[in-house]
Amino acid sequence: MLDYLLPRYKVLRDADLCIRCGVCERSCSNEVHRVDEELGRVRADHRRCVNCQRCVAMCPTGALAITNWPQVGNGSSNWTLENLQDIAKQSQTGGVLLASMGNPRPYPIYWDKLLLNASQVTNPSIDPLREPMETRVFLGSRPESLKVNERDHRMVANIPPQLKLDVPLMFSAMSFGSISLSAQTALAMAAKELGTFFNTGEGGFHRSLREYGDHAIVQVASGRFGVDPDYLAAGAAIEIKIGQGAKPGIGGHLPGEKIDAEVSRTRMIPQGTDAISPAPHHDIYSIEDLRQLIFSLKEATRYEKPVAVKIAAVHNVAAIASGVARAGADIIVVDGFRGGTGAAPKRTRDCVGIPIELALAAVDARLREESLRSTVSLVVGGSIRNSADIVRAVALGADAVYIASAALIALGCHQCQDCSSGKCNWGIATQRADLVKRLNPEIAAERVVNLVRAWNHEIQELMGGMGINAIESLRGNRLMLRSIGLTDRELSILGVKHAGE
Amino acid sequence: MKRIYALEAWCVGCKRCEVACKTFHSRSKDAVTAFLHEQPTPRARVRVEGDLMLSAAVNCRHCDEPKCVEGCISGAMRKDPVTGVVTCDQSKCVGCRTCMSMCPYGCVSVQDAGGRLAAFKCDLCGDGAGTAGEPSCVAACPNRALIYVESEGCEDGR
Repeated sequence: MLDYLLPRYKVLRDADLCIRCGVCERSCSNEVHRVDEELGRVRADHRRCVNCQRCVAMCPTGALAITNWPQVGNGSSNWTLENLQDIAKQSQTGGVLLASMGNPRPYPIYWDKLLLNASQVTNPSIDPLREPMETRVFLGSRPESLKVNERDHRMVANIPPQLKLDVPLMFSAMSFGSISLSAQTALAMAAKELGTFFNTGEGGFHRSLREYGDHAIVQVASGRFGVDPDYLAAGAAIEIKIGQGAKPGIGGHLPGEKIDAEVSRTRMIPQGTDAISPAPHHDIYSIEDLRQLIFSLKEATRYEKPVAVKIAAVHNVAAIASGVARAGADIIVVDGFRGGTGAAPKRTRDCVGIPIELALAAVDARLREESLRSTVSLVVGGSIRNSADIVRAVALGADAVYIASAALIALGCHQCQDCSSGKCNWGIATQRADLVKRLNPEIAAERVVNLVRAWNHEIQELMGGMGINAIESLRGNRLMLRSIGLTDRELSILGVKHAGE
Repeated sequence: MKRIYALEAWCVGCKRCEVACKTFHSRSKDAVTAFLHEQPTPRARVRVEGDLMLSAAVNCRHCDEPKCVEGCISGAMRKDPVTGVVTCDQSKCVGCRTCMSMCPYGCVSVQDAGGRLAAFKCDLCGDGAGTAGEPSCVAACPNRALIYVESEGCEDGR
């Protein structure tokens, strides 16, 4: 039967501008463009285009643009073209639909419904260019009370290990394997330059990056790839990954084609074998089991490194976070449903989990109710898009945030959602040597550093406007937020007043 | 003097440098006109060798003792005593290919220059041909595979 599978995109080539130089042909790993010498023009196989926009950026004359395939649906909001296409694909293959990056569905984005406060008259605003503005954050468990020997000016209480962040954000877990070594190197270099941390993900810690160990968080996930005592000792902190916002409740699968010699060595698995991370940790079926793993890892690292536990934002997230805090985690990471991934079943990505804004507010409130909030740090991720999102997250109760998609976009990612193909034209989500080298880590790191510095300036501006001179004073300060257009129920969950109140 | 170096580790073989070079060395300085309309056809002075897996842009080294100048029979090839830039005066060039055969880097090509043959080579274009500034190929490289840096001398050409 003829397939009703349509191309998703159409390449628009301005014939007046095309000089037939062939840069597009050489830039496209999907082999969309072809210089046809016989016809004297460049042709496009629209069907292969994923809209990564590499050719658009590379074309020396700006002759290219990508548009949607012009085929219209039947006008139904129910049987949309996308629904029809999904059925066509599945009736052809019998397979699970695969997708990448974060949830693209038009669910409400609560960040955009939260407005920030500013000082007028009664509480003067602060000019961050003239006065010190603190954006430094410490992550880790705090003692219940601080005991100080006043005569000796010495702290008596034993402070558990802390992570010092000069900016209130870190780069979230992306493994070597899901992203290229060039991309991970860029994030490591940027983390060092910025005084923050990158996360190895569940892919081991490549030997060339061990020099960035002081700025690395090493992850222990359900597949335990690359984990050994050296690995645990190599990072500044350890993160146990229970779940991921993009695909809560399911594991991971890095196909064998992507396990080349380097990935194999770093993950400590045979070359060419699929790297399958189970959905659960097979040794964790309760909070008590989680506690055992947390303390095993603390024992293994002599209680010198904070241990974080990352969970996906799901329905019961507040109670789960409370359990995680009681299990002994120093840092709780909550990942919202808009967080990215290299590959996830489409239905899971699009339909599972809850927005990070609501999860964060609920977790922070629950931990405060149970007097646990001061003993644990809270980090959130899952589509932090700009500096204002960070300010809102901190005001809702986060200590710091994780960014990944935004960092990848700084590296050139255009969110085409085709990571799983392994043909990333920007050299990010690929292991193909000819594509990996398209990402020069030196340039990439500079761009990420620029982005974060810019955001940090903006955070300082916004805090200054509120009359706050340290991000610690903003944390959980929900009075700095007012909502616009939310229901009473949403307001009570967020713990925020409506604009005008 | 400052020279252009190609780093094969970061060259992605896109040949944007060739496009930029050809455009810069056209009369119109416009890519569309240069590629589609201009006669004689402008020529690129840089050439990317290799495939997508391993490639590098071949650029003139502007040697301290250039073989192309040494071999030139017509006095067209000249090394500027002040800037050190090696250029070819095409009005004097007779297209004998001696420079092409003597260049240890393969950086000179002899091509049609409007009805007659002439040598084409990198003139280290910057703000203008033969003057300091960022050469157009370096500016066009998307991955810093071409760098323009101060160097003490050129190994083989001294």
